[in-house]
Amino acid sequence: MSTAALAIEGLHKSFGKLEVLRGIDLALAEHEVVCLIGASGSGKSTLLRCINLLEPIDAGRIVLRGEEITASGVDVNRVRRGIGIVFQAFNLFPHMSVLENVTLGPRKALGLRKLEADARANELLGRFGLADKRNEYPDRLSGGQQQRVAIVRALAMQPGLLLLDEVTSALDPELVAEVLEVIRELAAEGMTMLIATHEMGFARDVAHRVCFLDEGVILEQGTPEQIFGAPSEPRTQQFLQRIVDAGRL
Amino acid sequence: MGRGVPIAVASTLVFFGALALLVTRAPGWDRFKAYFFDWELYRESLPEIADAFLINVRIFLIAEGIILVTALGLAVLRSLPGPVFFPVRALAVVYADLFRGVPTILVILMLGVGMPALQLEGIPDSEVFWATVSLVLVYTAYVSEVYRAGIESVHPSQDAAARSLGLTRFQSLRHVVLPQAVRRVIPPLLNDFIGLQKDTALVSVLGVVEVLNQAGINEAADFNGTYYLVAATLFVAITIPLARFTDWLVARDRRRRQAGGVAT
Repeated sequence: MSTAALAIEGLHKSFGKLEVLRGIDLALAEHEVVCLIGASGSGKSTLLRCINLLEPIDAGRIVLRGEEITASGVDVNRVRRGIGIVFQAFNLFPHMSVLENVTLGPRKALGLRKLEADARANELLGRFGLADKRNEYPDRLSGGQQQRVAIVRALAMQPGLLLLDEVTSALDPELVAEVLEVIRELAAEGMTMLIATHEMGFARDVAHRVCFLDEGVILEQGTPEQIFGAPSEPRTQQFLQRIVDAGRL
Repeated sequence: MGRGVPIAVASTLVFFGALALLVTRAPGWDRFKAYFFDWELYRESLPEIADAFLINVRIFLIAEGIILVTALGLAVLRSLPGPVFFPVRALAVVYADLFRGVPTILVILMLGVGMPALQLEGIPDSEVFWATVSLVLVYTAYVSEVYRAGIESVHPSQDAAARSLGLTRFQSLRHVVLPQAVRRVIPPLLNDFIGLQKDTALVSVLGVVEVLNQAGINEAADFNGTYYLVAATLFVAITIPLARFTDWLVARDRRRRQAGGVAT
């Protein structure tokens, strides 16, 4: 039991008096795609931000390919270079063109020369149908295009793990598909991904494993067939029933 | 727009016509006119007073260059997070409070008279030097507040996005937060620099023959206020182009980011 891509053990996180994560245990194998589902406020986003070290944790540990990244003295900048994260609200840099958005990390954090960084960015932008947008500013792109740029920006760092935080929640319905298509491609290529999502149909398609997060703990996990077909926990059943009633599954 | 222009012209003519009529029919108008509007004196004294104004311009330019940097530094110090930096933040707050609180003219008097009086080896005794230092101290406090407002207006998610790419805190500040912060505060920044430019006239309390003292000397000689009008026009001749330039900068930035209007 050594070569998990990511192993989380006994993770606790509070904001003031509010305990958001109350003992999370979760391991991802290489090339595994795990979807986190659960109501808003169940701790999905916080968990992803903890893994990327954007939030300091209160207890427990996170181990990335054998290295305990939550140990003291770890260079957080080095750790983050290996973990990509894509946010719900894209968080593109509005004062930079698409190309500059994508090359900032490789140039400043990886020390690539401009020529190399540009080549890497152009290759990725081309692959995801954004080649003609490279000189545009984010404000001029549709939401779907912006989120695809944000994914490309994370991929340009060539991360070994990609965290996706409800990346389609801020999009108009007709723009969701183009973003999900990108993620499907990445899954097919074997990218290790931890995905917080409200898109249950997508989770059923793309996930190897689905985890139901409830009040800061992983209440139930299993294959998509188990979770969506025959959930054993009453809370999971209730949650999925609400999704079905809302016409989202 | 076609119909708006003639209406604007007509309303302007009526408004200013009425105003001019009111002023010129004031009982003291003739004396007022003779005191302030002697075009002969205006033309004759312009080169001399403009020459003195160069001292103001020099103080202004040097001080502004320094302030742009020191104020940014102070604002960055004040935005450092965490308990470790508490002393730094506290010092920055005390500095800003102090120099925004004391009237500029007092700072100029205290440094401009006090520092040369110390007669310390290696300390400059030039009034212009100490006046410039005073203005830098005072306006660094003002301008750092402007920068700080700009920094705080950049959403934390921008910093999070930059840090998530592995950029250091400084790199995120340098490439992501500050470029956006500075763009947003260009108009208030200019506002402070217009204030700074006008406050160079306060240097006159140290006896430096800059634009205000030069105008005063001339006024005392022939008891005519036209010289003050010369000084006033010199200030305005600098601030108006500066204001239009800022408008242009802001508009250009907006155009570049949003032209086309294809946003969702």
